[in-house]
Amino acid sequence: MSAITLKVNGRTHTLDIDPSTPLLYILRNDLDLQGPRFGCGLGQCGACTVIINGAATRSCITPVSAVKSEITTLEGLAKDGKLHPLQQAWIDEQVPQCGFCQNGQIMTAKVLLDKNPKPTDAQIRQGMAGALCRCMTYYRIQAAVKRASKSMAGVA
Amino acid sequence: MTTLTRRSLLKSAGSLVVGFSAAGNIIAQTTTGLYPDPNFRQLDSWIVIRPDGTATFYVGKTDCGQGTGTAFRQIMSDELDIAYDKTSLIMGSTDVTVDQGGSGGSDALQTDGWPMRRVAAEARRVLLESASKQFGAPVDQLVVSEGVISVKADRSKRVTYGELIGGKKFNVTLTGANVDAITGAAKLKTVQELKIVGQSLPRYDIPPKVDGSLKWAVDVKLPGMVHARNVKPPVVGAKLVSVDESSVKGIPGFIRVVTKGNYVAVVCEREEQAITASRQLKVNWEKPATAPFPTSENLFKYMREATPTSSAQPSIVGNPDAALSGAAKVVEAEYDVPYQGHTAFGPAHATADPSNGQMTIYSNDMKSYGLRNGVAEFLKIPREQVRVVWMEGPQGYGRTAAEDAGFEAAFLAKELGRPVRMQWMRHEETAWDTKGPAYTFKLRGGLDAQGNLVAFDYNAQAAAYNHVGYNEANSVLIAQLVGIRRTPVAGRGDAPTEMYAIPNRRTATQVVSMPLIWETPLRTGNLRDPNGPQVTFASESFIDEMAAAAKADPLQFRLKLLTASTTDDSGFKRARSIAVIKAAAEAFGWDTRPSPKRVASGNILTGRGIAYSFRSQTIAAEIAEVEVNRRTGHVWVKRMVCAHDCGLIVNPEGLRRTLEGAMLHSLSRALHEEVTFDTEKITSVDWGSHPSLTHNDTPAKIDIVLVNGDPNPNRPDLPHYGAGEAACKPTLAAVANAIYDATGVRLRRVPFRDKRVLAALQAARV
Repeated sequence: MSAITLKVNGRTHTLDIDPSTPLLYILRNDLDLQGPRFGCGLGQCGACTVIINGAATRSCITPVSAVKSEITTLEGLAKDGKLHPLQQAWIDEQVPQCGFCQNGQIMTAKVLLDKNPKPTDAQIRQGMAGALCRCMTYYRIQAAVKRASKSMAGVA
Repeated sequence: MTTLTRRSLLKSAGSLVVGFSAAGNIIAQTTTGLYPDPNFRQLDSWIVIRPDGTATFYVGKTDCGQGTGTAFRQIMSDELDIAYDKTSLIMGSTDVTVDQGGSGGSDALQTDGWPMRRVAAEARRVLLESASKQFGAPVDQLVVSEGVISVKADRSKRVTYGELIGGKKFNVTLTGANVDAITGAAKLKTVQELKIVGQSLPRYDIPPKVDGSLKWAVDVKLPGMVHARNVKPPVVGAKLVSVDESSVKGIPGFIRVVTKGNYVAVVCEREEQAITASRQLKVNWEKPATAPFPTSENLFKYMREATPTSSAQPSIVGNPDAALSGAAKVVEAEYDVPYQGHTAFGPAHATADPSNGQMTIYSNDMKSYGLRNGVAEFLKIPREQVRVVWMEGPQGYGRTAAEDAGFEAAFLAKELGRPVRMQWMRHEETAWDTKGPAYTFKLRGGLDAQGNLVAFDYNAQAAAYNHVGYNEANSVLIAQLVGIRRTPVAGRGDAPTEMYAIPNRRTATQVVSMPLIWETPLRTGNLRDPNGPQVTFASESFIDEMAAAAKADPLQFRLKLLTASTTDDSGFKRARSIAVIKAAAEAFGWDTRPSPKRVASGNILTGRGIAYSFRSQTIAAEIAEVEVNRRTGHVWVKRMVCAHDCGLIVNPEGLRRTLEGAMLHSLSRALHEEVTFDTEKITSVDWGSHPSLTHNDTPAKIDIVLVNGDPNPNRPDLPHYGAGEAACKPTLAAVANAIYDATGVRLRRVPFRDKRVLAALQAARV
């Protein structure tokens, strides 16, 4: 047990916790941030993805002690009550079927576009390849990433 | 793993939950007392109208992610004549919605849409009658628009639905022998009168799914809730001898090990503690004397040699034996489809609350009503004390028709007297979920001298003995593990569902069994169109083989089989089939020629293939264009077209996405999915060992053509038929046929993984 301080979506939390606890369970069960979800616990599917230091991070296999920077979760993407362009694109393209994986899709796409604002089709496919969807909404996800890329360029 | 514990110094939110609003937001709700069944014969069970003119619909369905809730609101708003935006919908919670069976079989609109339309039309009729009395004007002198009734001759005389009935009950008794037949006195609108139906309204459930605000069944938190994990037998069929509780006693937060028969679970205060305990618990198992199943490599040999547990009476048209022996050319082929898993994206989960001497289960079970009945029976408590609150979940497309976690959570909650959250781990879900049945097929076909298909002999074996799928208290996995045994379900093998006119045809199906039928991870369940992808893979691949033997274009060959006998085309099934196949061909730009094409030089070989099927009045024709890498065996389906006719379309864009998902799900089954096992256990246990379609596999272009063609101008437009699962059927064959077109190599065994394709190419020296 040790005192651990986490900054998540702009808020600071201090927890007395076993430092080996995977971040996912802290976010979901202690901080009520349930956008990230358990899918495999193995870092294979992307359901638990959060953003740390600009990287898409699998929170299910990340011990809380390894987290040194601010965490952004799905709940932290909207700013001032306005959805992130990716979230808006997801609505405009009507992407989800069940939607359970879409946290991983959106967070992975956010990192992709942050690093490469105008990805090619091949770069989108490659960049998103680790985020699985069992409803197979990939075609619409890729369309939504392109749509968001365009709308973000328009804003800039 | 080190021990895990924690005490949070700061909690950013409390643990309040229960119930959920139509918008999908969790709302606080305290419910005590018994849970009677909402009476489906009372209009008030279906529709509530408030003084502000808003309405809520209550339906006994669940959504598997296709947006059926939006479609239900559309059809009910349309019949009620109320603005869609003024409505909301509650689905699937057993204490507040009538039992319409939850979801399954793509029957949401085909079957359950009708009572929804009729009750909404009845509410409209009752409101018009009420306004008629108020204004002293006959009903035919009134008009209604968006929840406002006015007198035609004097529009200043107007009253809203909210003013007429808001906050009050209809107190109208409906008639009908069962919930599907329920009706009032009102007539339904004609298709031409429907205004909201046919619009691509955005799904109401999508915004809370992308902003993180929706509370799912996995998110439920209750005061005093504890976390459970299962410990499954390491060898299938093993018997529990003993549990060494001291192996986990030191884990902080440890509460209890619960065992019954061969069922073992651990319960801890925190989730990660329960995971640690489930890994750390020492259990002494006794291996079974005989192997539960053959290895997956030997599966098809085993199935072909097995004595069937049952054989359906073959269906025979004409004289297939005589036609085959008299045929100018006979083709024979065998096809194999392995077990494929549901492999839901999130493992099975549920939270059960035993407070107040009752049992509430928060679950994503698609058949929530069945879960309620099953749990009551399993726990031997009155069903009035059990309710299931349905919430959204990761879809396994039939997985929750044989719900396991809900039963387990309820069982443990009763044992502990505390709310219990149960969740399976990934290896457990992938290994131990219900499976789509494996199939072997043997087909024979005969062509006459002119290349006409004159004989078709179909023989299928399905590994579907003791099939489960309806949340029965004596069939879910925990029931089997605690030792409950029922009379095994016979299971069934399916026949092809096309409309080809073939003069001589025999269709024979058998069911075979694995050595172990209880407590097995190879128990079969309803996987999205449970037999269709397997059956259509064989039958539509074989039609392609016959077309190739006849040196005919595969699409023209099919059209010929559909036009061979149009005089007896009752219900225009063949005419509609032709329209759908032609629509697919047109959208694709089909080049008419026999397959295969001349094998090209270079590493990438391209080809196109078609397959079609008819499913309970819905027709789907799919064309796949593939690139096959000759050096690696990798297949990329570059383009897909699906032409589809499901009758009246409620939400076209919603339907398009549903069909894309259904088609790509089957593409995943075509390219990747296979349950593997040795003679002791399942060896495909995660996304590495049981791969699934990824972004990289996604076609560059998908076209969905919504045909809805009715060739009879004297008939009103078609009703709404089931939509989604029809699109699952043809994909495997369309891809196999395209690979054949590209390479001249016929793949008769699913899935078409790189290694298997490469071996086939090399064997054929392509």
